[in-house]
Amino acid sequence: MTETTQSTAPPYPAAAEKLKFYGLWVGAAIALLLLPKLFSSGGSLTTFSLIGISIIFALSYNILLGQTGMLSFGHAVYYGLGGFLVIHAINIIGTNKLPIPLPLVPLIGGLTGLLFAVLLGWVSTQRSGTAFAMISLGVAELIASSALILRTFFGGEAGISANRTKVFRLFDWSFGPQIQIYYLVAAWTLLAVIAMYALTRTPLGRMCNAVRDNPERVQFVGYDPHVVRYLAFCFSGFFAGIAGALAAINFEIANSAYLGAVQSGTVLFAAYIGGIGFFIGPIVGAIFVTFLSLGLSDLTQVWQLYFGLIFIAVVLFAPGGITGLLMMHRPLLKAGTFGRVLPSYLITFVPTLAMLAGLILATEIIVYYAVHGGDDSHIKAFGIPFDAANRYLWALSAILLVGGYWVARKTWTMVGHAWDEATGGAREKGAIA
Amino acid sequence: MLELIVISTLNGVLYGMLLFLMASGLTVIFSMLGVLNFAHASFYMIGAFFGFQISRWFGFWPALVIAPLLAGAIGAAVERYGLRRVHKNGHVAELLFTFGLAFAIEEVVQIIWGKSPVDFRIPPSLDFSAFTIFSTNYPAYKMFMLLVSILIFAALLITLKKTRIGLIVQAALTHPHMVGHLGHNVGRIFMLVFGVGTALAAVAGVIAGPALVTQANMAGLLGPILFVVVVVGGLGSLPGAFVASLLIGLVQTFAVSMNGSLSGAFGPLSPDYAATWLSDIWNVTIAQIAPIMPYVLLVLILIFRPMGLLGTRDT
Repeated sequence: MTETTQSTAPPYPAAAEKLKFYGLWVGAAIALLLLPKLFSSGGSLTTFSLIGISIIFALSYNILLGQTGMLSFGHAVYYGLGGFLVIHAINIIGTNKLPIPLPLVPLIGGLTGLLFAVLLGWVSTQRSGTAFAMISLGVAELIASSALILRTFFGGEAGISANRTKVFRLFDWSFGPQIQIYYLVAAWTLLAVIAMYALTRTPLGRMCNAVRDNPERVQFVGYDPHVVRYLAFCFSGFFAGIAGALAAINFEIANSAYLGAVQSGTVLFAAYIGGIGFFIGPIVGAIFVTFLSLGLSDLTQVWQLYFGLIFIAVVLFAPGGITGLLMMHRPLLKAGTFGRVLPSYLITFVPTLAMLAGLILATEIIVYYAVHGGDDSHIKAFGIPFDAANRYLWALSAILLVGGYWVARKTWTMVGHAWDEATGGAREKGAIA
Repeated sequence: MLELIVISTLNGVLYGMLLFLMASGLTVIFSMLGVLNFAHASFYMIGAFFGFQISRWFGFWPALVIAPLLAGAIGAAVERYGLRRVHKNGHVAELLFTFGLAFAIEEVVQIIWGKSPVDFRIPPSLDFSAFTIFSTNYPAYKMFMLLVSILIFAALLITLKKTRIGLIVQAALTHPHMVGHLGHNVGRIFMLVFGVGTALAAVAGVIAGPALVTQANMAGLLGPILFVVVVVGGLGSLPGAFVASLLIGLVQTFAVSMNGSLSGAFGPLSPDYAATWLSDIWNVTIAQIAPIMPYVLLVLILIFRPMGLLGTRDT
């Protein structure tokens, strides 16, 4: 505790600070505009669109988990319902020739998400913590199972499809080519990110953080934590609906997988791996997870196992996620003591990498024997062809795994010492309170 | 009609007891460690697959003993080297860890045994009909399942009420911190409870495997129902978990055997509405909505009694 408590409002930001702040958003907008000029292939445009959708979804999830401290296992409900409603809306607009252009259609998805969050949220948010997590799971299962029963509306296993080019056209944009969809997604992503950032700056956003940290105290101050959680839940549902709507427009189809547990799990992975402690965390996570799921699935057939292991590793060793790890170094950089930890990082990098390589090699060999026992043993993983039946490779993977772990353990203690020293140095210079 | 009621009651109690085998471990783990083990149903699946593999090598009876022991050892290791490490990061991190674990276990099982169901058969020594009731042959294996669940239930009850370790566990249900203050090795008790809890789930897996389908998605199908049981019964209440297990077992079994629908009760819908979503609701049978019954029950309980049937603790 410092002796003088700050009682006045923080000083009004200087002009340079404001310029930096707005410059960031303008820069992001320009980057989004120029991205297709640099990578113009159809595949990369699709990837960018998927990333945009996943960013909105992960950020909407973080309104719950990161800002308000509610762990939800059923966030895909609002995403999926937004998607389904939008497909129906596109069909209705198309057949009745209503004057609603496609760029406004995601709003319908958002409102759907909001509506269902308003309906289901009041019961779900009565308690937080573990109870909320279980309730969200139960509600998600209820909706996902009901979707398979209400066949006319949800289209059963096959889902329902629509044609986005049949919608009323503004400025002669057909939204057939992927580039136009990219710009639509990019514009909505930017809008949604700005809106969600602004939300964290409002009194409501601050109260959400308070409810996350100490709900009892919030009650003493005179707020009802239940109401605050409910409001956060509604906002979160709204943005999830927008993400679902954009996904439905992108694929021109909505099926029961949109609502399912896998979708809920993926957004949780994205937000948590990216880091829930910072606003930018889920954005990083969404980009990382989308690239990972697209890239790993080409490199190895058991990519989902690696995906799960990465998630477990993040939970165990880096609870702050990627962003948390990077942000830990900010005070060191400010104080100029980062140089003290860097050498230990470089040293530990080699044995840790060897350990991981051994682990991956062992996994791939085991997978080969478990899945394709009798086939040709010359397999390819991560682009490297090798012979899974080769006894030397077995020995190599064992040596890498055990030896790497043994050496790496020693270097990890070194990193720990170097870290303590560097933070100590930073504390002396006053970069850490 | 009477036949339907008797058979459904038997099946429902059986299913309920199976649920309780898992829910009891889950509840005790939750009460002591404060973490709802998301991977609990995964240990049920591990039990079923280990049971399948071991019964192939050594026969069913060794499998019934070895598979739960192995699964329990894995569970204890998970607590010792995984959960204890994330404990300092709070309950959300613990829940997320078990969530990631459930995901990884499902992937590993899929890699080793494939996605399609494995051929886990009822042992020949139990493959006959126990008795005939209203012209229905009731299989002996189901009676065996019921017997095993009741035996374990009784053993659990005696251990909890009569032994020293049971007293400590009981004390830890309501006053976890005090038990630690009294000088018990809380870490080892936690590991033991986690191991026994997961072993119980594995027992359920071994005995349910031949009767139900042993498949890589069985954890994903059962897991949510298990959480419904625990929430409906009241988080942390063992008697509540028992009541809720039987309730959900009976509700689901009776629902599956009923064929009524709104169109059956009020006559067919007028053809004007045949192509609308109303016809889905009108024509759906009770048997078809049986899978969603537990979740409907969950929502109802949350509205009318948020702490669960017999719950007292408000987490």
